[in-house]
Amino acid sequence: MGQTVLKNATAGAKVVALSAVQAQVVALPAVAGKPLRERLGAWLKAVLVNILPPLITVTLILLVWQLTAHGPQSSLPPPTKIWAEAKDLITEPFFWNGSQDIGLGWRILVSLQRVAIGFSLAAVVGVLLGALVGQSVWAMRGLDPVFQVLRTVPPLAWLPLSLAAFRDSQPSAIFVIFITAIWPVIINTAVGIRNIPQDYRNVAQVLRLNQIEFFFKIMVPSAAPYIFTGLRIGVGLSWLAIVAAEMLTGGVGIGFFIWDAWNSSRLSDIIVALIYIGVVGFVLDRLVAFIGTIVTRGTLTN
Amino acid sequence: MSYLKIDHVDKRFQRGSATTDVLKDINLVIEKGEYVSVIGHSGCGKSTLLNIIAGLTPVSAGAVLLEGKEVNSPGPERAVVFQNHSLLPWLTVYDNVALAVNKVFGRQKSKAERHDWIMHNLDLVQMGHARDKRPAEISGGMKQRVGIARGLAMEPKILLLDEPFGALDALTRAHLQDSIMQIHAALGNTMIMITHDVDEAVLLSDRIVMMTNGPSARIGEVLDVRLERPRKRLDLVADRSYIAAREAVLKFLYERHRFVEAA
Repeated sequence: MGQTVLKNATAGAKVVALSAVQAQVVALPAVAGKPLRERLGAWLKAVLVNILPPLITVTLILLVWQLTAHGPQSSLPPPTKIWAEAKDLITEPFFWNGSQDIGLGWRILVSLQRVAIGFSLAAVVGVLLGALVGQSVWAMRGLDPVFQVLRTVPPLAWLPLSLAAFRDSQPSAIFVIFITAIWPVIINTAVGIRNIPQDYRNVAQVLRLNQIEFFFKIMVPSAAPYIFTGLRIGVGLSWLAIVAAEMLTGGVGIGFFIWDAWNSSRLSDIIVALIYIGVVGFVLDRLVAFIGTIVTRGTLTN
Repeated sequence: MSYLKIDHVDKRFQRGSATTDVLKDINLVIEKGEYVSVIGHSGCGKSTLLNIIAGLTPVSAGAVLLEGKEVNSPGPERAVVFQNHSLLPWLTVYDNVALAVNKVFGRQKSKAERHDWIMHNLDLVQMGHARDKRPAEISGGMKQRVGIARGLAMEPKILLLDEPFGALDALTRAHLQDSIMQIHAALGNTMIMITHDVDEAVLLSDRIVMMTNGPSARIGEVLDVRLERPRKRLDLVADRSYIAAREAVLKFLYERHRFVEAA
């Protein structure tokens, strides 16, 4: 094709290119030139600012708890008693003394595995259904009322039905996770897809992208911030549901551990398990949020 | 046979029982290699006309014919450079152009050829240096350059430019106009540009299509700009035919079809 590159670049572009180079030259020594001690000091300061306040809060809570639950007639154990009774659970999450006497780390992992399967299914099916509802007016009219009704059903209300259908506790628990996590994923994905700017749709039309290309190249990246909001809510809900579901289905998970501890009046064990659940739920939430920020970088700003 | 023929095109928008006539009986023939500007007051339907040629908006009556074939859906042979650049923010500059090139030439060209073609088009708009940047990291003028590169990279039969420089400052706009003139001279593309800038229309165009005010906008007048190419911005300032062309467009817009509602 006899098309030649225009050699005579306009003056404007040259100026632009030059200033970009200059900016780099200025920026590089600024980073490298900072003394190590100064950077270490800034890092230490950031740690202190972020770690110190929650540390003080936790200490205060423990102190108040200790004082209020101190007496012999107190119905709940104070922190010192928990430490004395459940030290092995706190310090050794991964001991293994036979099939029912295992560390909380193992139980958490079993619960996490169920959540992972149920939540992954919910993510895939939820994004696909959300895309359908977001893209097609008729699918929305037909499906949205059904979704709106079903999403208000509490997770545990599904359990008897799923036990009847699957006749086994493991798939039933996974189904409860799935059905709990899927609604926010569907609804947020649909909103995200309805909010795809017309400009991007025009680009796709001019390029004649087919449905599959449009889904992967325009829809998913454009709706990614919404999808990840849905996934984040979904993972939180599934962690809520798994504990309740395991209490009823039994087995090895952290939920059944709490129920078992209650039946044998080990209140200290229950409190330790609660803290485990809280920390793992927090990590799950942050994990999905972190993946979200990596995947959607560049999508939010334009 | 004419290259692009807009044949008795009407466009009505229907909302409930209310019907708005936007375009009425538009007829226009554009030859290969021509640079045609469409100018008119805002709201006169010039963007609607461009969208009809692009195939993004269906006609209510009449037809658009490209090389004798009716146009009724969008396609890469009528690439559009959008007013707000419409680059995909999650893709780099390179990947934005690559999306178009891989879709249009995925079968005809090898991977290496496609890479060369992408870089060739980025270099054409002097954006090769920013290939790995994301749209959020470059200026408005640069984004529009990439938008133009993406359009050119599809090797369209017609490049449609929808107020391509409208959102840019005057200096950047001048640089981009010069770039577009060079590209048009080098490649000989057929281009249709929507604009509301009289100087821009006269400087760039072979013909200027002036639209009357809507509703029911028509083509009021078509002006041939008989200026030699290559055109130099500074030389034209005092050029007699440039001044005459400019005056003709201004008179059309501000005397005969003054936009009354404009504040």
